[in-house]
Amino acid sequence: MKKCLVVDDSKVIRKVACHMLETLDFSVEEAGDGSEAIEFLKHDIPDVILLDWNMPVMDGMEFLHALKALALDNRPKIIFCTTENDADQIRRAMDAGADEYIMKPFDRETLLSKIELAQNGVDSGQPA
Amino acid sequence: MHVNPASLNMLSSLLEARTGQRLSTGRHWRIEMALKPILKARGIASCDELVARLAEPGSAALCNETIDALLNNETYFFRDSEAFADLFKVIENIAVNRQGTKRIRIWSAGCSTGQEIYSLAMHFCDNAAQWRGWSIELLGTDVSRTAINRARIGDYSQFEIQRGLPARLMLRWFEQSGSHWRIDESLRKMVRFRCQNVLDVPPPGQFDLVLCRNVLLYFPAANRSSALQNISTVMAPDGGLILGAGETVLGYTDRFRVLPGVRSLYQLALSEPQQISSVA
Repeated sequence: MKKCLVVDDSKVIRKVACHMLETLDFSVEEAGDGSEAIEFLKHDIPDVILLDWNMPVMDGMEFLHALKALALDNRPKIIFCTTENDADQIRRAMDAGADEYIMKPFDRETLLSKIELAQNGVDSGQPA
Repeated sequence: MHVNPASLNMLSSLLEARTGQRLSTGRHWRIEMALKPILKARGIASCDELVARLAEPGSAALCNETIDALLNNETYFFRDSEAFADLFKVIENIAVNRQGTKRIRIWSAGCSTGQEIYSLAMHFCDNAAQWRGWSIELLGTDVSRTAINRARIGDYSQFEIQRGLPARLMLRWFEQSGSHWRIDESLRKMVRFRCQNVLDVPPPGQFDLVLCRNVLLYFPAANRSSALQNISTVMAPDGGLILGAGETVLGYTDRFRVLPGVRSLYQLALSEPQQISSVA
């Protein structure tokens, strides 16, 4: 079973995302901000991280930089979540290491599609 | 909202008479949902009242609007990623046979709002070096004028842009316009769109690849045969026809044969299997 870490400061969002992911056969872990997520990664590496952008303590961008510094051999795929339809923000996140993005609120099918795109790991639309 | 069965049958018959598509009884629930925006916009109380209005003189515009609403325009970018991976292989193999002319013509029959054919356009542009010197002609047709108009503009909502399209392709080929995303002009110019039913006389010329995915399933058997017959008249002998995963030519025509190796790929049954049969 694949594992996903949901990083979001909103308990409600975490609960909704966790439920969706469980229906997609993921085992799910939660973190309330980027620093909690970094602590988590020191003892466990998920397949996918669903990453909120605006969080206290350590936000999404800071997390991506901290993740890069960890230099993991098996870096998880990162899908960052945003409420803003902002091409510049999406570009900054992708340049910082995100593999995909998803707009909140999202439904189960869109989440599944984004996970597949992130895991395929190519940018031509073709599966790897 | 309860709809009189007679009204449902009337609407279903109207759709079939004008487009050849049939709403099976099991999909009648969709009629109510699809027509709600029209009822709301025109202040019509019910589907039954709508049917009554359609019978009045001078209702042509309402009739067109109703039919358009009943059509299923479901589509998204790179729909069925496995099928697209196969599709790219098929194109590569067709290109082997087109080294002389360096020309490839692709028809997306039932293209809806254009995501399928624009996905192909992105593929060609992302591999521009490989296709330099080639003439790539992309045509999208659909029976829905609303869908074709939207495809021509190439403007997609946040919901549509998220479906199947990798973020990096979105950033590369779309420009944000408020809450929507507009396809790059270079891609828009690569594709021609035409409002046309696949049951009508097909577009002129010969096509190397025809995509008719998730279209035949809306037709009754006789119209599936007619659509396949039409497509067969414009297929290159070594070209490929790709249907949706749940669709087949078997039982509807003997003009195509199944090609092994690629799901839902067919070729004209006129000659020995051509090069693309080797795709695996």
